[in-house]
Amino acid sequence: MEINQSVLKTEERAMLSLRGLYSQYGYAQFKMSKFEEYDFYAQSKNFLRSDSIITFTGASGKLMALRPDVTLSIVKNVKGNPPQPVKVYYNENVYRASSDSHELTEIMQTGLECIGDIDLYQSAEVILLAAKSLATIADSYILDLSHMGFLSAMFDGAAVPEAARPALLQCISEKNAHGITAICADAGVSEENAARIARASVLYGPIGDILPQLREMSIGETADAALDELASIHTILCAAGCGQNIHLDLSIVHDMDYYNGIIMSGYIEGIPHAVLAGGRYDNLLEKMGKSGGAMGFAVYLDQLERYGTDERGYDADILVLYDETSDAEALMRAVKMFCESGKSVRAQKCIPEGFRYRQLLRMRDRGLEILETND
Amino acid sequence: MINIALPKGRLGEVVYDAFEKAGYGCPQIHENSRRLIFESEENGVRYFWVKPSDVAIYVERGAADIGVAGKDILLEYEPDIYELLDLDVGKCRMAVAAKNGFRYDAGRTLRVATKFPNIARNFYNEQSRDIDIIKLNGSIELAPILGLSDVIVDIVETGTTLKENGLSVVETVVPISARLIANKVSYKFHHEAILALSEKLAQCMQKKSEESK
Repeated sequence: MEINQSVLKTEERAMLSLRGLYSQYGYAQFKMSKFEEYDFYAQSKNFLRSDSIITFTGASGKLMALRPDVTLSIVKNVKGNPPQPVKVYYNENVYRASSDSHELTEIMQTGLECIGDIDLYQSAEVILLAAKSLATIADSYILDLSHMGFLSAMFDGAAVPEAARPALLQCISEKNAHGITAICADAGVSEENAARIARASVLYGPIGDILPQLREMSIGETADAALDELASIHTILCAAGCGQNIHLDLSIVHDMDYYNGIIMSGYIEGIPHAVLAGGRYDNLLEKMGKSGGAMGFAVYLDQLERYGTDERGYDADILVLYDETSDAEALMRAVKMFCESGKSVRAQKCIPEGFRYRQLLRMRDRGLEILETND
Repeated sequence: MINIALPKGRLGEVVYDAFEKAGYGCPQIHENSRRLIFESEENGVRYFWVKPSDVAIYVERGAADIGVAGKDILLEYEPDIYELLDLDVGKCRMAVAAKNGFRYDAGRTLRVATKFPNIARNFYNEQSRDIDIIKLNGSIELAPILGLSDVIVDIVETGTTLKENGLSVVETVVPISARLIANKVSYKFHHEAILALSEKLAQCMQKKSEESK
């Protein structure tokens, strides 16, 4: 079966390319139900990107939810504690508040999860696939990396009280240096430490430029270990030819209860929101009673709807008009001929309102007559 | 080219002057005209005036790369943006006000009239107080006078309006000033340009505040 690429929308084309990419690296497709019991999500509410979940009563009277997230379902369905990583990808719709309107909506999402013994190679492969996913969609992309281990080491080192951490994380995610200074002052964090946190959160740029600056801050061993991990990953990615688009940004913040190691966020020039998010989430596994590591990411294909396509030009290449006297068989032959030549064609008796065509033809006894050509 | 959304009105004009002093001027803007967009090819900026409460929306959705919005708007709508600078202008405070002599009655639901329901809700949630929010769009001061609400949560600049209507501030919710905000993705793709602008603007604002001292 051949697919005519031109009829595919940007997000559909991306979805097909990404499936190809993930299969190439040995990931298997994971298909799942659209519903889960609500309780399942209620236990892990903070992991979800938004609080709102669409619920309904199932056939057996249980409160059910339309799936707001895929990762939780995959983790639940991984049997036991696999030593060898389970590698799956998915392409599913999820139901949650959109980043644009903050209203509940259906979001087409694709992504992958690698669950089991996550070593340096596996981490690097997941990040490489994230970068390649973005490259599949557009040439101008950026993949930002951060490390939750660095942030928590910085917080511990500065003795930031637990109660002040959520507000501080919020300010870090806004690169809000003046806010960080104010919160730290309120929480009794020393000026020196506050300045360090503020500086770390506003730093931004290619990973190779930023890493030395973070090292200079010499926060401690745990923080250095996090930087070492980032450096090793960076070396591998450079060798794989993907190094130049990888940036370091400590202001990308995911929930500390679930994410522990490297986290990432992906952007494409021309789309105002992140199109990719993910990271290392061993803590989620632990919360769900499993041991081992896990890493993955999701690509939000709904963001691509308006990307790269100008307003649609023509509704059809050719519009063929006919009337009661026209020979249906001859008309069918003509339509078939255009289709076979790769053109889109629509046949009917009059011009539909607002219809845009490249060429307007009329069926006459003696053949087709060209009435109008737009190009 | 950096797209900049400025809030219409006095604050916007003050902020534009700062942009101009920082080297991002656009002479057309001083011509009295009905144009909505002003561009300076030379300085690499394009300005447009929008309703102050809409600045955050333009920036969050990427129609503007950066913008200037009051902290009140940011707290109310919680847009997903970077807050790069406190510009230290347009200073006022978000406060709870009520009729002179008002006292909190812990035994009753507190009726709160406001243009900022999210800020009011967050403020009273932290105190675990049961409240009834009455969303109004203007003339908030009328609400306690007519008995529509017990208190109001609103912006207070000088407090003159409150005073003239027999109202006074009960407590401050949060100090407000104008902030330089940026779209998160624009910030990444135009990092150097936005960073340079933000730094020059910060220097300018600092100089200004030193002069005024």
